[in-house]
This record gives sequence, structure tokens and C-alpha cells, in this order.
Amino acid sequence: MSGFRLNLRDGVGTAIGDKSIQFVFDGKPYRGREGDSLASALMANGVSIVGRSFKYHRPRGIFSAGSEEPNALVTLHRGARREPNIRATEVELYDGLTARSQNRWPSVNFDVMAINQLAGSAFSAGFYYKTFMGPGRRGHKATQFWWFCEQFIRRAAGLGRGTNLPDPDHYGRMNAYCDILVVGTGAAGLAAARRAAAGGARVIVCEERAVAGGSLTSLPDYIDGEPARDWAAGQRDELSAMDNVTLLTRTTVQSYFDDNTFLAIERVTDHQARPAAATPRQRAWNIRARSAVIATGALERPIVFAGNDRPGVMLADAARRYAVEFGTAPGRAVAVFTNNDTGWLVARDMARAGVIVTDIIDVRTDVPDEIRAISEETRAAVSTGSAIRSVKGARAVSGAVIAEYNEMTGELGETRKTIACDCIAVSGGWSPVFHLTSQQGGKPVWEAELQAFLPGEPTQNWHGAGAMVGAFGLRAALQSGDKAAGAALADAKLRKGRGHVPKVEGDAIDYAPAPVFEINSGGKSFVDLQHDVTAEDVRLAHREGFVSVEHLKRYTTLGMATDQGKTSNVTGLAIMAAASDKAIADTGTTRFRPPYTPVTLGALAGEKYGHLAAERLTPMHDWHVEQDAHMYANGPWLRPESYNLPGETVEQAYIRETRLVREGVGIVDVSTLGKIDVQGPDAAEFLNRIYTNGFAKLPVGKARYGLMLREDGFLFDDGTTWRLAENRYLMTTTTAGAGRVMEHLEYYRDFVWPNLKVALASVSDEWAGIAVAGPKSRAVLKACVKGCDVSDKGLPFMGVRDATIGGIEVKIARLSFSGELAYEVYCGSHHGQSLWDLLFKAGEKHNIVPYGLEALSTLRIEKGHVAGPELNGRTTPHDLALSGMVSSKKNFVGSVLLQRETFSKADRLQLVAVKSLDGQRVSGGSHLVSGSKDNPGRSQGHVTSPCYSPELGCYISLAMLEGGSARHGEKMFFSNPVRNKHGAVEVISHHMIDPTGGRMHG
Amino acid sequence: MRLTCPYCGSRDHQEFTYRGDATAVRPALNNTSIDDHNAYIFDRSNPDGVHQELWNHTSGCRTHLVVERNTVTHEVLSCKPVGPFARKLK
Repeated sequence: MSGFRLNLRDGVGTAIGDKSIQFVFDGKPYRGREGDSLASALMANGVSIVGRSFKYHRPRGIFSAGSEEPNALVTLHRGARREPNIRATEVELYDGLTARSQNRWPSVNFDVMAINQLAGSAFSAGFYYKTFMGPGRRGHKATQFWWFCEQFIRRAAGLGRGTNLPDPDHYGRMNAYCDILVVGTGAAGLAAARRAAAGGARVIVCEERAVAGGSLTSLPDYIDGEPARDWAAGQRDELSAMDNVTLLTRTTVQSYFDDNTFLAIERVTDHQARPAAATPRQRAWNIRARSAVIATGALERPIVFAGNDRPGVMLADAARRYAVEFGTAPGRAVAVFTNNDTGWLVARDMARAGVIVTDIIDVRTDVPDEIRAISEETRAAVSTGSAIRSVKGARAVSGAVIAEYNEMTGELGETRKTIACDCIAVSGGWSPVFHLTSQQGGKPVWEAELQAFLPGEPTQNWHGAGAMVGAFGLRAALQSGDKAAGAALADAKLRKGRGHVPKVEGDAIDYAPAPVFEINSGGKSFVDLQHDVTAEDVRLAHREGFVSVEHLKRYTTLGMATDQGKTSNVTGLAIMAAASDKAIADTGTTRFRPPYTPVTLGALAGEKYGHLAAERLTPMHDWHVEQDAHMYANGPWLRPESYNLPGETVEQAYIRETRLVREGVGIVDVSTLGKIDVQGPDAAEFLNRIYTNGFAKLPVGKARYGLMLREDGFLFDDGTTWRLAENRYLMTTTTAGAGRVMEHLEYYRDFVWPNLKVALASVSDEWAGIAVAGPKSRAVLKACVKGCDVSDKGLPFMGVRDATIGGIEVKIARLSFSGELAYEVYCGSHHGQSLWDLLFKAGEKHNIVPYGLEALSTLRIEKGHVAGPELNGRTTPHDLALSGMVSSKKNFVGSVLLQRETFSKADRLQLVAVKSLDGQRVSGGSHLVSGSKDNPGRSQGHVTSPCYSPELGCYISLAMLEGGSARHGEKMFFSNPVRNKHGAVEVISHHMIDPTGGRMHG
Repeated sequence: MRLTCPYCGSRDHQEFTYRGDATAVRPALNNTSIDDHNAYIFDRSNPDGVHQELWNHTSGCRTHLVVERNTVTHEVLSCKPVGPFARKLK
């Protein structure tokens, strides 16, 4: 293929503007024109090979002009914005755009891996299954062979690579409601939209391309006396001006969910060289529509023949669009190969635009006279009852071999003719785009007359229109669009009004193709271009016994690439049907799944990512920020990680803070803990059933540490619960567990034990919490607390008291997470900052130190208290040396399955600590092994919570180790191959400080 | 998918949390049979057709609803509140 720019004039290059645009492809600068797609600009520059294929690394060119493109996938941009597998046919050109071809090394024109083509038979259907899943050879399991080969195969197969860098863009979300959603703005979509809008409905219209109009933008017909594209532009302007219509272009309706809910992705700035900073890159629209008109048109499908993947072979209608809309000839000499009337019209329209059409090859002998007449205008040589047998040219089309073809038997004759051409425009008929309705469960029906699947009966409030329901041709499309809108208005309980169908002048042709899908001449002919699935692969799958289309699809990977087989599914089915001697209708189809085209993950994450993500702040947040605390995102919460002094690292800061807490007193914001108010006559019984330990006999004014299990016996959450009154408890949960614990309690209250009289309320945000910890904490409280004796006798360990501090009503609980003498002081959250200030002031003469999450964590690790990394959903109380917390006198959630035999095995991972013997920091995520760095041996456990311990004067970590409780004193290694770390450690008890608890009880 | 909460009206499924099979009944508190608990936790019938599911309107009124839903057609046949407060509100 050697494309070039045509002489632009009226009707040639209708989408192309005057401005010249510079862009870069594979490091080389090129020039295109305003309005070009990347594909049309490459074509106009004579670039024919734009990528290499997935499996065989065969050269590939541009195949289509839209989102169905299987071949021309490129990587756009560089750095953090690098985006692989983007269809060049959909990329709008702008100044400075950079794109790279994919899956080639060292270059797209010379690719070393193309040697795979020679080994073609080895990579046929089921290659992976046969080679790697079988019984294996010479004593080696096939799966081991896979592990060995995987690295090479992964390098050789595949498409583009993404980036590991964080996405610098942001994305938006819209929730929209309408009476009628119109999907597609071809003839049918526009007809539907104008009737729906005239009927007073709130209408949303979505168009995938940049400009509304669908096929109207390239057809030569007239509507209401003006060229179809002008009529479309007029309709577009009228719709845009209406208050009850939202017209969204560059917006693909990707998914059709239950209850007439749609997901559409709008590409807001992808076509702009310099988007405004505040504009989201893409926007996800959740559209809820009372009714919908689906006017998604049809996709042209190819005829499969030997060498049909050579650059230069492309869909006929796409070739026309390049000529008419983009003013670009797809080749210097174009041959058209068709099984229906479309090919002839394409030949005529291209010839009119100035493209030289050398040949029209039609498999049919019986071509209508008025269609034949067209060939005179194109001056092309006509071969009817003929087919392309093979393609000439190693890296791009340089010609084709034509042979006589028997439409009935599918046999090729002996007489051959070689023609010279550099582009073959192929039309194999039209496949309606019913992806959305198929997602909804609508079963497609084969319509033999049209040689096409049609969408079948609606399962929701939608009405099909245009080619999507087989209404081919402008007149039929406009009529069906108008009619569908009438039905949709009725769905939305609006007046249908009277329809109006504009007048059409132009070609009236039969869109039904001859039932020819493949010309079987023995050469390599591709059904699925993107996944390199050949017609022979499909037949092989059939010979090997794959009769269901679902199995065929998975075995051959047909239709499973990023294009989801838009141009290959029907052909694949037809070849399968022929192989099994069945009708296409009896072969069945697979169901389409959302999305219609690939979707950027950022668009789905939307406002949950980046500066729009929700944040939760504690009442003392501003104070932390004023102190220049290092803030750390802990789920949605922002918490101070450490309060660094000038020049201090985070590690230096938390070591200092930890030391000062153990020597004197520290203060920390614990407002993020989950808090649940549990009340009612049966509150005690309820908690007794939820926790592993007893709560019924807890005296009023006391707190107790409690463990919760899931029903399967694994630990779920922990925390202290305070008995405030006979029938009232205040439960605290972990920060991360607050939401799920609330749901857990509600489930048992509502569904399992509805007879218990218990009320639950989440009060996490109502209370501010401050912990004061360290040997001098009592002195601090003494200086400011009124109405409560804070001596050991007045407020014993685990005691809870009401008091006031500077007039603020508080609850003081003597609890210790750090292992020191410590208190938690709670007050109404609006008093949080005042209380913090009062406690801080009272602590000044004891040099009170604010401490962050790192020090909080270090203190509890030294003490051997478990937290999130140990409560990871895979541990039981026995594993964490908390068996003493499990009551044997009552039944509770998880009590029965905790008895499972497997939980008492001696080699379960058990909680220990390790301390570094060589001064190295114990790397987070490390495994515990017995061997050296080069030969570490198998993993015997892993570290969970590492830190530096000022108390022990070395790096330590909590860890889970096989049979760990019996292995204290053992010398081992931590090993982190990912970070290339390895170091000597000693296994020790997790009670690293004050094992008898003298400090906190003091 | 949309569910009609008897208190809040028709709402998007994103407001709700699925809590599992509403036909699974927890063994009584004094039942200590591992088999019974095992069945309650792990055995699910995955029916093809009408099924009862438990949903919590977590981003709404936090009522638990037993939703009768067809797993094939996705048709929601009914949404009934459960729990001690549901009865009193009726």
C-alpha cells in the first residue's frame, strides 16, 4: 500500500481543514492536516506497515477507519501518559502528537521475531494447551516446562506496554437522567433524535466519533434536497440548540446494564494538544434512561482469503471514507473484492474522488445490471464469478492472483490471472452492531436473507433502528429511526406525535451479500487479525472436537483480543458452521460483554482517584498540618505519620517520638478509631455472641479488649469496648474495620438474631479521641482533669470515668496500646481541638511530645500488640497467641469453625518477633528463610510489621512463622528478592518490652 | 441494577451492599456441629431462576432487605425489609 493525499476539493476531503499539523511516528516527524486521524495521516504519508501481529509478527497495516480496527494499534505519548494499544483510526491528529508502533524489535519494518511465521504450524490453535498442559515429557511436568518458557513467550507475544508511573490526568463522572437515550447519530440515530426531541422528551444523544453523522459523512446521497453530510450537519446544529437535548460526541456508549442504565465514556481532551488543566481528560457518564433508541449501525466484515492480512488489504467502506472524508487514497491502484453491491458503490465513489480503481472482483455471477453500469464510470476491469486466490507481496500488497470461483461449491477454477494493485478493498457484507443489546441478554437471530445476525427481542426498554436491526439503506434507516423514537416516546409516557421521514435521493441497492465468507485456497488466511487466528485454526479446533462456539472461542482465542472480534466473529462462526456441516443459525453465538471498546481504568476510577477523592479529616487535622506533620493516607483518613523537626527524616522522627513517650509522655490523635454505640436490654448478650471473650459480666465503668471472629473462625477485628451503663456499651474498632464491623453487627442484629433488643449507632465521627501515653501521663491528667480521681486506685487499669477538662465533658479510659501507663480521652468531636490544646498545655512542663502513626506503631510492635498486618483475615486467635481470649464457656460467632482440626496444626504460621543481627532494616514484605541469599530455600513465614526499636536498639519486626511459638532463639534470615534484601535475624518472643505488664498496670 | 427500598424508594445498586444468600440460616447458638456450620458458611446452591438475596441499604437507611430476584433475567420481584425495626416501622 502506498497511500497519498488526493487533490482536495468539494466532496473530497470533507473532514480535512487547511492547517498543517506536525506529528511523530516511530521517532520520525511527519505532517498531516487538521481533521486527519492518525491513520489517515500515516496513509497520506505513504506509511503502510504500522504494526506487527500478535503471534506471528507479520507486518500489518490499516484495516478499517473506526473503532473496529484490529491491526493499526499504536502506543501514544511518552512517560506517565504512555498508553498502549490505541487504535490509530480513532486518534484525532494534533500538533506534537507522538505515536509508536508496537510488538516489533528492532523496528516495524524489520522485526526479528517475524521468524515465528516460519514456525507457524507450531503455534496453531491450542498451542499452549498442547505444549504446557499435557502429561509432560521425560519425568518433567508440562507445567514446569511452561515456567521455563513463559519468560520467552511473554516477550515474543503481546501488544504494547503501559506505564508504571501514576496517571497524571484526572477524570470526571456524570450521573445523567433522560427520557430517551439515542445511541449513534447515523441516519437512523438522527431521525430518532429529532423526533424524540420534537416530542418534548429529555434526550441524550451519544456519538462515538468526533462529528455526528455516521455513514452520512461519506455517502453521496441527498436528503431533503441537500447532500447527506450537510443534512446531518444541519440536524446536529438544530439538536445542539435545543434545551431538552444533550448531544455528546467522542462519547462511546460502552455498557448497557439492568434497569436501562448505560455507561458512556466521553473523551473530553484526548484530541487536544494542550488541554486546560481543570478539564478532565475523560468523563464517565452513568445514564439512566426511561427508553433508548439503539442506532449503532453495522460493521463491514471482510472476506477471508490467503494473505488477507498484508498491509494494503482493508475494508471497502473504510477505503471510501479515507478517500471522501480524509481526501486520502489508500493506494495508487486499488482492487475491490466483494460479495455484495457495496463494493461496487465504493469503487464508484473512490473513482469520483480521484482514486484509480483497477479491478472489481465479485464472487457473484449474477450482478444486477444497474450495479454493473457503475463499473463503466470507474473504468475498472470487472471479474464476476471470480475470487482472490492469493495476495502478492511480502511486506505489502503488490498484486493479487484471481481465479474463477463457484459461488455454490466454493471451489476455485484452474484459470488464474495476476493483477497489479497495492490496495485491496474488500467487502464481505454487513454485521449489525448489537453489542449493547447482547450485553443485556438479547439473543441474536440469524437472518439468512440478509446474511446477518439481528439483535432479537428486547429484554428492556429499547428500540433498535437502522442497520442495527437490518434496516439497511438511508431510506429504511430514516424510517426505522423515526418509528423507534415514536415507540420510545410511548415508553417514556410522552405523546408520540406524528413522525416525519425526510426524502432521500440516491442509490437504492441490496445490501445482502452472497453467502461467501472464505476463499479457501490453502494459504494462510486470517479470520481474527488481531489474535492471528486463521481459518485453518478454526477447522483444526473443529477436528479436535470443539463443537460449542464458546469452546471454539477460548481454544482458538478468536474474538478475544482488544477488538473483541468486531470484524471476525461472524466469519469465524460461518467457517465453524461449514466445518461442522451445520447452518449458521444452529451454530449459535457468544454473548457480548461490556465494554464495547477498551476503556481507560482512570475513567472508571473517576473521582475516586486524584484530587477529587474523598478524604476524612480528624477534628485536630489543622493542628497537625500547622506543625508540618508528615500526613499519611490511611484509607480515606489523613493521619500524621510523624512530626519531623527541621532536618529530621521520618525514621529519625519516629524513633525520637517513641523514645520520648517511653521516657516521659506523648500525645496522639486516635479519633479515627471506629466507634459504635450499642444499647438495649440485650446489648450484653449481643456482645457476648459477637466477641470471643465475655462481655456480659463486665462491670459498668470498665473496658475490655475484645476479639471478633468471622463465622469461619478467622479473626475479623479487635478493639476495646467500654460498659458505660447497664444497657449501654461503647465499642471501638480498628480504623480500617469501622465500616465492616458496623455491617457485621447489623447483619446479626437484623437477620440472625432479630429477637434481641439491641440498637446500634455508628458514632465514629461524633467522638474525638486523644491518647496520652508514657510514665508521666498520669501527672498530665492530674493537672487538668476535674471530677475524677486519676490515681491508680481512682482510675484503675481498664477503668472508664466521666470527667471534665477545662469545662469540656470527657470520658477517660485507662487503656494502653503502647504498653506504657496510658489513657484515652474522648470528647464530642467539636471540642476535639480545644481538648487537645488543654492536654498539650497541661503536658508542657513534662515535655509532652506529639507522636504520629509511625511511633504509635513502633510502640505497639515493641509491646507485641497485633494490628492490621496481623489481623489480615488469615489468622486465628491461636496463631496470634491470643487463645486466652477465647472463651470456652459460651458459643459465639466463629466458635464452632474455630474448632476445625486444621487450626490446631503445629506448623501453622504463628506470631513471633525477629530482631536484626546485622544492623539491617528488616525489609517489609520479606519472607523468613533458613538459607543464604543465593540459595534461600523455601519460605517458612513472613514479616508483618517492621520498625526500628529504640528499646532494643536494633531493627525488629513482628512476623508469622511456621510453628513459631516453639522456635524462639532460632537464627534465620529475612529475604526480599524483589528489593534484593537479605539479612540475619533471630526469632524472639513478640513480647519485647515489659512482658509482665508492670508499666501499664503501674 | 436498581432496588426499591421500601423506605427510600428506587435506588441504584451502588447504594447497597450484598450480604449473601438470604436462604442460608445460621445454626442455632447452641448448635456446635461443625458440619452444620460448614454448610451454613460454604454450601451454596447457586440457583438458576428466582432467588432470595440479602442486601443492606448501607448508603441509605441501612435496612436489610430480602430481595427476591431472578438470576437469569435479573428481574427484581420484591424487596422486603427484615430486622427488629423493620417490623415496627410497618
